[in-house]
Formats: sequence, structure tokens, C-alpha cells
Amino acid sequence: MRRRQAARSPPEGLAKTPTGIGGIDQITGGGLPRGRPTLVCGTAGCGKTLFAMEFLVRGARQFDEPGAFIAFEETADELRDNVRSLGFDLDHMVRSKQLIVDHVRVERSEIEETGEYNLDGLFIRIAHAIETVKARRVVLDTIEALFSGFSDDAILRAELRRLFGWLKDRAVTAVITGERGDRHLTRRGLEEYVSDCVILLDQRIHDQVSTRRLRIVKYRGTAHGTNEYPFLIDEQGMSVLPITSLGLEHAVSDELISTGVPALDAMFGGKGFYRGTSVLVSGSAGSGKTSLAAHFAGATCRRGERCLFFAYEESEAQIVRNMRSIGLELQPWIDKGLLQIHAARPSSHGLEMHLVAIHKLVRKLHPQAIVMDPISNLIAVGTLSETNATLVRLIDLFKASGITAMFTSLSTLTAGAEQSEVGVSSLIDSWLLVRDLEQNGERSRTLVILKSRGMNHSNQVREFLLTSSGIELRDVYLGAHGALTGSARLGQEARDREDEAIRREAAMLAQSNLAVRRQAVEAQIADLQNQLHAIAVDLESTTGKRRRREQRVGGDRRAMSVSRHAPRPNGTRSGK
Amino acid sequence: MANKPTRPRTAKPRSPEYQLRLYVAGQSARSIAAVSNLKRICDAHLGGRYAIEVVDLLEHPHLAKADDILALPTLVRRLPAPIRKIVGDLSNVDRVLLGLDVVKLDGARG
Repeated sequence: MRRRQAARSPPEGLAKTPTGIGGIDQITGGGLPRGRPTLVCGTAGCGKTLFAMEFLVRGARQFDEPGAFIAFEETADELRDNVRSLGFDLDHMVRSKQLIVDHVRVERSEIEETGEYNLDGLFIRIAHAIETVKARRVVLDTIEALFSGFSDDAILRAELRRLFGWLKDRAVTAVITGERGDRHLTRRGLEEYVSDCVILLDQRIHDQVSTRRLRIVKYRGTAHGTNEYPFLIDEQGMSVLPITSLGLEHAVSDELISTGVPALDAMFGGKGFYRGTSVLVSGSAGSGKTSLAAHFAGATCRRGERCLFFAYEESEAQIVRNMRSIGLELQPWIDKGLLQIHAARPSSHGLEMHLVAIHKLVRKLHPQAIVMDPISNLIAVGTLSETNATLVRLIDLFKASGITAMFTSLSTLTAGAEQSEVGVSSLIDSWLLVRDLEQNGERSRTLVILKSRGMNHSNQVREFLLTSSGIELRDVYLGAHGALTGSARLGQEARDREDEAIRREAAMLAQSNLAVRRQAVEAQIADLQNQLHAIAVDLESTTGKRRRREQRVGGDRRAMSVSRHAPRPNGTRSGK
Repeated sequence: MANKPTRPRTAKPRSPEYQLRLYVAGQSARSIAAVSNLKRICDAHLGGRYAIEVVDLLEHPHLAKADDILALPTLVRRLPAPIRKIVGDLSNVDRVLLGLDVVKLDGARG
């Protein structure tokens, strides 16, 4: 009956009863099988009873399905006290007939057995409880206690089989809890009788940090998440993760948002990275990862958006102070409620707790951006692969919620930085590497974009400066001896400036020489023109004199010819 | 509260030493067997010092809680204290007497 086709839409044939417990309905595709028993097993103290109780309480409150809790281990009073801390008021629910709690005491010492018997008494009690509140949901917690009350296993097993069949006939959705056994899921092999849905709860200790997990061992007739999901019990009950999409179906945005460092925006093609992407900043100790992250947080708040800052190394006050020293004021954003810094040691609780805590905050605050500084510290809590899985879920969550996330990660100097980084690099959309460069007896920081999906980013290594007015990026000096940074770059730049000055001086000198020469030439030209003018004047005067003389000579000749009566000579006027 | 207590003919006016309550479910063969087995044993060994109350849980399901009844039939010795329980159809006389803690008493009386 187990078929894949059930994965997307709940098949018509299999009705489901939503539990209302955070996350369970998502990984089971809608809840527990309606009208059938479900076995919830696990070790002592792993949350079986709570699971069962929350199933009933939420059923009554959210889905208007009254519930009957048949308790074999705890009394009604104990149960009431135990779940009061979770905000479940059993007394009120019992009074309003939403819930009935029936404690069935099983005590071996009081019972003598003689002859045949069956468990009709129990059936009648359960039936009575169901009738009293018209229960749609039933919990038997923990029915294996019966085995300690009766010595005849054969009768008991036959009766249990009959009981589960009977529950099915009554079409109540039942949760049966069972203690985890050595070789079987339960001590008495209850899974034999309950074959529709089996959920296993587990609590593991790794490096003194406990992690609770839940796994759907089987779920007939439906596809379900087969992974182990971490879960948490806190003041709001149980929550299982992830609630994120199991696929890659999140919407993408074309909007670019600022990194908080203008020069870095420029490296990302001018405007920053895409909204809703995940950014990893990795680097060695003291390379400025937190400062970059804080700038990003500041830029988010400047846009009037909310930012959630998870600080795993520094306290809130420390971050605010340190960022002030590089000219970034975070306090106003905190005061406005746009920036929330959650500082906690990673080891304060297990990975699953971190996950759930983050999840809850995300649901509560709906931040547009999240900073986690640094994720590498989470490894202290779990194994590498666990941390990895946690981060995958986190990144899924952030992407599904359209949150731009910046993670920082501390990389050791020995391991190649590109080898990074808790192994999440493939999930990351943009990856900045901040490196310490040791050269000529000093360290300087460099920054390079290793990758940025979907954009034409700069491939250049930039020098990364933390100044009192924020982060600055400088082009590194690319000289004959490779990239220069720090004072080497400064020295080179000074030398360059000197050379430039000399060149400029020489040019100016040449220019002024030319000007002088030009002036000299112009002076010569003026002189020559004066001479020319003088010559012209002389020429003019000489010509005038000759003409006057010729006129004078001509006049004399006419006078002579008049006197001689000589004919007027032709063309005598034209002088030679 | 339940079926009318079935008082044996020999009951004396003052309250009997053994107060027994037998829980059954309906008129099944097992229920009937248990009732008749109990009467026979009591007549033989407790002659006149007992009172039997038969409770049918099908009719009075809420009564199951008071004595924490799971198996049926269940015989509860309400008096003398402490309360003792015997489950089954009471077909084994020795075990019933052991459960009621009357063997010695019976032996002492011959």
C-alpha cells in the first residue's frame, strides 16, 4: 500500500487527523491516520506522554475533537501538573467536556488469577470514557503496563489485538505509547498490533548535549519524511523541524540589496546581493567577519527592515561597542526594535534547540535579514554532519521565508579556506572570503568574492580596511612583484607619487622653456615687421619724389614746345 | 447501586464478615460460570458469613473505576480489609480460597 503517489496530495482513501503539533503534520503529510491507532514509542523521558497529551489537547482546542486519555502510569493529578507548565489547563478542559483523563491502576500484587478472563473491564472503561466526552481521539499511555498486572501473556496479547481492532471499529484516532525495547521498537512488541503508523522518539546525548529526535518508522498508505527530525519540548509544547519545504521551490527575487559597504556593493555589480539569498563570509580569526556582518545588519535596518542577529561569540553590548569603534552605530536600531541581537553560547543547548529557537524567532519576528555569527561554532554542539544537516535546514528555512541570510564562518589557516566551511559552501549563493595576508612583517586583510550566483561580480582581490568610519575597500597594488597590500602598498604608492611629481616638474620645465623660446621668436617677428614697415615707408617716399620730378620735367617740356609751336608729343606723361 | 445484592438464605441480620463484589459483563457464559462458581465456593466454605454483590459493568460502566477493574470477571473482597482481587471465572477452588484468604479459617473450623 505504500506508494509514492501519495506524496503531493493526500489520497482520497486515507483520511488524516491533524495533530496540531508543530511540524508533525508537515512531515506526515497531514497528520495521523484517521480512525486508526498510531504507535508512539521511545525511551523513558523522550516525550511520549507529552506527544500524546498535546495530540489530545490540540485536537480538542483546534479541531473540536474531544479526547480521552487513558493513563496507565500517571494519575490524572500528576498529568495535570505535568502539562500545566506547557499552558494546558486540563481541569478546565475536563470541566468543559473537551477531555477526559482516566487513570487505570495496574497493580500486580493485588490480583490473583483463577480460570479464564478477558479485559472487558478495560474495554468498558475506555468505551465509557469515549462516550462521556464523545471522544474522537484516544490515548493509551502506556498500555504495556498491563503486562506487569497480568501473568498470562497469551491472554494479554490476544486481548491487545482485540483492543486495537475494537478501537479501529469505533473509528477513533488513537495514540498508543510504548517504551522502547532492546531488540524491538517496544518492549512487548506492540508494533505487531499497530501497523498503520509508528513514530519513534529518541533522545541522544552527544558530547553532553542532548538532542531529541523524531522519526516516522512507518506510515502505511502514505508517503512521509523518513529522516530523523529534531524536536524540542518547551513552554509551548512540542515542535518538530523542519517545517521547511522538502524541495527547492522557494520563490526568487531580482531585488538587489546593499551589503552595507558601498565598495563591496560595487564588487557585486553595483548594488549588492540578491534578496533572499544566503551569503557566507569566511575567514580566519580577526579578519573582520563580524564587522562585515554588522554592516550588513546596519544596512538592513537603514532600509527600515528587521534583522535578527545571532551572536555565538560576543554579547550584545560587546558587539555594539566594537562596531561603534569602526563607526557603525547599532544601538539606535536596537532601540527601534529593528535589530535584535540574540547572544548565546552554542553549547548552551543542543542543535535541535538552536534550530527550533531560530525557527520560532523567525516565525515571531518575520525578519528580512538574518546574521549568524559564526556558524562554525555550532560544530561544538554536534558532529560535523549534524551541524551540516542543521544548516541545510536553516538555509532552507531562510530561503523559503525569503530571508537574506549572512553566515560567518571561522576557517583555520591550515585548512585551505576554500575547503570550507562546515561543508555548506554548495548551499551558499554568495561567498566572501576574508583573508589575512602576511607580508613584509605585517598582516593585512584582503577580501575576494569566491562566488556569487547569478551575477557578474568582481574577481579582484581587494584590500579590506577597518577604519574609524567603517569598512573600506582599496584596490590592491598589482606590481611586478605581485599584489601588494598594507604598508608595502603604501610605500609603493608613495614611490609612485614621487615619480609622478618628478615627471610633472620636468614637463613644466619643458613647457616654460618653450614659452620662452616662443616669446623670443615672437620678438624677432615684431622686429622684422618693423624693418619691413620702414622699408615700405622709404619706398613710398622715394616713389613720390621721382613722380614729382617727372611732373616737373614734363611741365618744362610742354612749356618749351609751346614756345616752339611744336606738336604735343604723345605718351610723354608715362614715366620710365 | 448495582444489581440487587444476592443475599444467601443463611445471611444473618448483622453485616456479614465477608463482603464480596463480583464484576461481570453481561450474561456471557463466563459471567454465569463465575457467579455460580462463587456461590458454590461461598456456600461450601464461608457458610453464612458473606454477602455477594454482582455488578454488571455493561449496565454500569462508571463503576469499573472505583475498584480499578480491567479484567472480567473480577471478584473483589471488600471486607475484611485489605481489598483483594481475583480475576477469572473462579473455576479453581483452591486459588479462589487462597485469594480470599479463607483456607486457614476454613481448616480451623474443620
